[in-house]
Amino acid sequence: MMQPGLYHILFISTALFFIGVYGFLTRKNLVTMLMSIELVLNSVNLNFIAFNKYLWPHKMDGLFFTLFIIAIAAAEAAVAIAIIINLYRSHNSINVENAEELKY
Amino acid sequence: MNLLLIILAPLLTALAVLVCRNKEQVKWTALAGSLAQLILAFLLYFAFRHEKESGEPAQMLFQQDYALFKNPNIHFHIGVDGISVAMILLTAFVVIAGVLVSWNIEKMTKEFYFLLILLALGAYGFFISLDLFVLFFFLEISVIPKYLLIGVWGSGKKEYSANKLALMLMGGSALILVGILGLYFSSGGSFNILQLANTNIPGSTQNYIFPLLFAGFGVFTALFPLHTWVPDGHSSAPTAGSMFLAGISMKLGGYGCLRVAAYLLPEGMKEYANIIIVLSAIAILYGAFATMMQKDLKYINAYSSISHVGFSILGIAMLTQTAVTGAVMQMISHGLMTALFFAVIGMIYDRTHTRMVAEMGGLMRMLPFISTVFFIVGLCSLGLPGLSGFVAEMTVFMGSWENTGAFYKIATIAAAMSIVVTAVYILRAIGQTVMGPVKKESFLSLPDAKWNEKLAAIILLAGILAIGVAPGWLNDLLRPETEQFMHKILGVK
Amino acid sequence: MPAIIYILIPFLPLAGFVLLGLFGKKYFKSASGWIGTLLMLVSFILAVYVAYDYFSATSIFPRNVPVKYTWLVFSENISIDMGVLQDPISMMMIVVVTFISLMVHIYSLGYMKGEERYPTYYSFLSLFTFSMLGLVLASNLFQTYIFWELVGVSSFLLIGYYYDKPSAVAAAKKAFIVTRFADLGFLIGILVIANTSDTLDYNTLIATLTSTGSEQASSAAASTFLGASALTWGTALIFIGGAGKSAMFPLHIWLPDAMEGPTPVSALIHAATMVVAGVYLVARLFPIFSINTPAVLDIVGWVGAISAVFAAIIACTQTDIKRILAYSTMSQIGYMMFALGVAGYGGESGLGYTASMFHLFTHAMFKALLFLGAGVVIHYVHSNDMKDMGGLRKKMPVTHITFLIACLAIAGIPPFAGFFSKEEILLAAYNGNTIIYWIALITSGLTAFYMFRLYFSIFWNKPYQADHHSGHKSEGGWIMLFPLLVLALGAAGSGFIPFGKYINTDGIPLESHFHLQFSILPVALGLAGIFMAMWLYKKQNNRPEKLAASLNGFYKAAYHKFYIDEIYLFVTKKIIFNLIGRPAAWFDKNVVDGLVNLAGNTTTAVSESIKKLQSGRIQQYAIYFLFGAIGLAILFIYIWK
Repeated sequence: MMQPGLYHILFISTALFFIGVYGFLTRKNLVTMLMSIELVLNSVNLNFIAFNKYLWPHKMDGLFFTLFIIAIAAAEAAVAIAIIINLYRSHNSINVENAEELKY
Repeated sequence: MNLLLIILAPLLTALAVLVCRNKEQVKWTALAGSLAQLILAFLLYFAFRHEKESGEPAQMLFQQDYALFKNPNIHFHIGVDGISVAMILLTAFVVIAGVLVSWNIEKMTKEFYFLLILLALGAYGFFISLDLFVLFFFLEISVIPKYLLIGVWGSGKKEYSANKLALMLMGGSALILVGILGLYFSSGGSFNILQLANTNIPGSTQNYIFPLLFAGFGVFTALFPLHTWVPDGHSSAPTAGSMFLAGISMKLGGYGCLRVAAYLLPEGMKEYANIIIVLSAIAILYGAFATMMQKDLKYINAYSSISHVGFSILGIAMLTQTAVTGAVMQMISHGLMTALFFAVIGMIYDRTHTRMVAEMGGLMRMLPFISTVFFIVGLCSLGLPGLSGFVAEMTVFMGSWENTGAFYKIATIAAAMSIVVTAVYILRAIGQTVMGPVKKESFLSLPDAKWNEKLAAIILLAGILAIGVAPGWLNDLLRPETEQFMHKILGVK
Repeated sequence: MPAIIYILIPFLPLAGFVLLGLFGKKYFKSASGWIGTLLMLVSFILAVYVAYDYFSATSIFPRNVPVKYTWLVFSENISIDMGVLQDPISMMMIVVVTFISLMVHIYSLGYMKGEERYPTYYSFLSLFTFSMLGLVLASNLFQTYIFWELVGVSSFLLIGYYYDKPSAVAAAKKAFIVTRFADLGFLIGILVIANTSDTLDYNTLIATLTSTGSEQASSAAASTFLGASALTWGTALIFIGGAGKSAMFPLHIWLPDAMEGPTPVSALIHAATMVVAGVYLVARLFPIFSINTPAVLDIVGWVGAISAVFAAIIACTQTDIKRILAYSTMSQIGYMMFALGVAGYGGESGLGYTASMFHLFTHAMFKALLFLGAGVVIHYVHSNDMKDMGGLRKKMPVTHITFLIACLAIAGIPPFAGFFSKEEILLAAYNGNTIIYWIALITSGLTAFYMFRLYFSIFWNKPYQADHHSGHKSEGGWIMLFPLLVLALGAAGSGFIPFGKYINTDGIPLESHFHLQFSILPVALGLAGIFMAMWLYKKQNNRPEKLAASLNGFYKAAYHKFYIDEIYLFVTKKIIFNLIGRPAAWFDKNVVDGLVNLAGNTTTAVSESIKKLQSGRIQQYAIYFLFGAIGLAILFIYIWK
């Protein structure tokens, strides 16, 4: 069986990133958009790990960063969901189109 | 004499006004404060004369210097010479008159007086600063109150006028700031006027800093074509606002042109003198002709201010000692005269509720005091001997004519032609408002001036007459300074 | 003599002005006339005393400056000094001014009685007298200008005394603006002279410029502009100022309108004193005019001669009696002007100068008398128009006799005052410029004609129809008649004063010769004018209409004052207002202000157009962000490697 190389992983992470971006740009549901952001973040995590393993196997920086990101993503998700719940309370909707008062 | 008193007095007055409880307290506090300022200004004048007569050789007297920052090198450095003393006297006169004519302000009295005194504070500080940065700081202090005075207590299209005025003046300030920074860096890091005057700044550098500074101060003093904030600003401002605007604020510009732009950058001044002469000659005539077509009293005075202020710019640019002396005299004279003019217009407006010349008539019958003052101030504006305008204008003419060359002579003649045009519009205004038949039945019962209005008018008239009847004291005050100024500019020792 | 006496002469009237102006209305409304008159009387006595002292002291009259105060310093040599210059003409003038002013003050006690602004009137009169005295006593060219302007403004105040009458306001404005226009010339002239001669003091000025070797004189004569020397320009410009004040053609248009003022004011200001200020100014600088710039003196002569005949022709056609007197004033001042114009410096050729001052003196007497007499008539008839008068000789005998004396004096009939002064002028003109002499002769015939036309139309012609709406019918009381009598004395007798002894160009007394054969022609012409007027106007008849019809076009033109007013109106209203004033105001509102507004509007428009980017949609922002990031990546990777 073929060992997955750096390029494979990078390919997957790129795909994941763009899926996330696409989701973020097209979905109107704020929860789905949040999930899309998680995808983007995870694609970055994947990159960090892959580079760490393949390019500087004697270092741990990539792993640390990944852990950081996971932690921050958890906090971020908590905050984001709090915002979404608040939005739902005031607007009765979690559709992003309905939350556009903050403009010129 | 401690110069700090000159700025402490308005500062304390402003703060005292803020803690007052009712309108009466506010008014009397403001009046007491402005009276204190007037007394201090006189004390300063006499102290100054005493020092000069006892042979004090220093250029700036009563200096105090406190370092504020090491880098950039900013000092709170103050001091006065004859020109600043004259300007401080002018400011004190206008302030007390302005406080008196605003006696009946009902809307937010406390804030109104606070802003008024704050504006005065800026002016006093400006005139005594010897550090360009501090000078700029005080200049800015005097801009903001104008915006609020017009925007809140104004009339007519006040928002438009307030915006226009504030934006144009801020634009001017921006130019000044750039110019000051240019001076700072080209002189090796000094904001000190006295040091800068002794620093040799290369001619090419002066040539690009000078227009910035002169145009910047030119906006303040309504140099053609940077004058358009004047008519709208004046016409929308409340009476005291117009008085301060024309009587003090426009003088900040003139003083800045002289003290900062021309004095610190003599090469630049000489380079651009001819352009400035042309611009000011245009301003004088053009302002006068434009005034001829105005129908609103405040517009008439605003445009005529453009014309009159042209004389002081002309005098500065003519670069002879007499002309520069005349220019400063014109600033003082115009400050007093135009403040009184606006005060009288305000008094008339308060009674007739119109400023349109065509709607009035025969006011002499009902308002003899106001009409007489109006008449006298009109005569001052058209340069009648015995009143301050004559002295100043004649000094400018005499000084301008000293220059040899057809260009200067033609510019002087053009400026002198304005005395005829001025007579036309002043007499038109007087003839239709003060004289002539009474046009409205309701005017017949108008009350004449009250004590505060009378007092304000008399104070300003006293200043006008003091210069007009015996100009010697002012001349003696200014001449040594302008002589020193000319030495610096022409490089003669 | 202590300096205070010189100072008091002008300052007593000034005190009157301040006192009456500030407190008259409140504290002494009815006494203000007497206060003013009293101060004037003291001033007159002092003036006579000073003049007597001066003229009796020596036979050669030096130019003294007993009082001098430096008012404003311009440079080392140039300063404005307030001072008193004592020389024959200034001494003569203070007597004339205080005397006529005193007469007018007394007369006004009756004439202006019961006026609402009685104290104001007297304070203005005092202001005028102060300014006029300051003007004639000036020791410095600029001092003259200062008081020149002050006289102008007091004239404005007095013409506009009836301030609620639009015509009075318009007349006052016109007088001020026209003279102001001329003063512009005066001012620039002062600048030129100050610059070329480096002094403003009369004594120094005349001394340096007229001594041929002096540096200033040669530099002033050398520097040229448009082919004339700087000094020529200077004196010509100063003469413009003088011509404006003295109502010389074509700057005369304000004088007839100035008759809107109260009649005593016209007598004082617009007949006897202020309007001769121009003549006085030329006389004051006469050495310079005569020695340095004879070309300008020629202009003075011609302007004077043209004004004299021009005004005399118009005076023949007018019907408003005060306007006739106004044109007559203009014509007589023309005489004084051309007398100066034909004069030379020194000896016999200086006769014109003496004659001019002599005529100024006698004219002040009889013209003031004519105006005051006309005032009495107007007071009685309540109209200015000749057509409303006639047959008044029985009703007002004193006025009639004094008026007749004045008319004879102005017509130049011996032995009245006008005869002597006019003879001298004609003699000077005969010696100086023959064409001007003939113009002057014609004018003197015309003068006799229009004055007697006036006289016969008022006092003879048709019988007087009493109009019903005026109650009191008297000549106005002794307070008004007394000045008439005093002035009549002057008009009859002042010709016998040997003027040449006191006033001459070079200090050498001038004998006035009396040539019988020379005076025959002018007197005959005068008598012819009188008989012509008598034939036409003594009885009511249709001869005047016929005469007017036969001179149709010319008469009409003269009646309309040769349309000078219309020309001025066209220039000011149509050209200055429409072609300069309006465009300037338009330019300011639309172009200069437009640019400022354009800057503001552009800023607003730009921000308006890009504010849509700030839509509030988060996904849109994300797209911008994405493309921005991609764009930057491309930029950094491929373009700015």
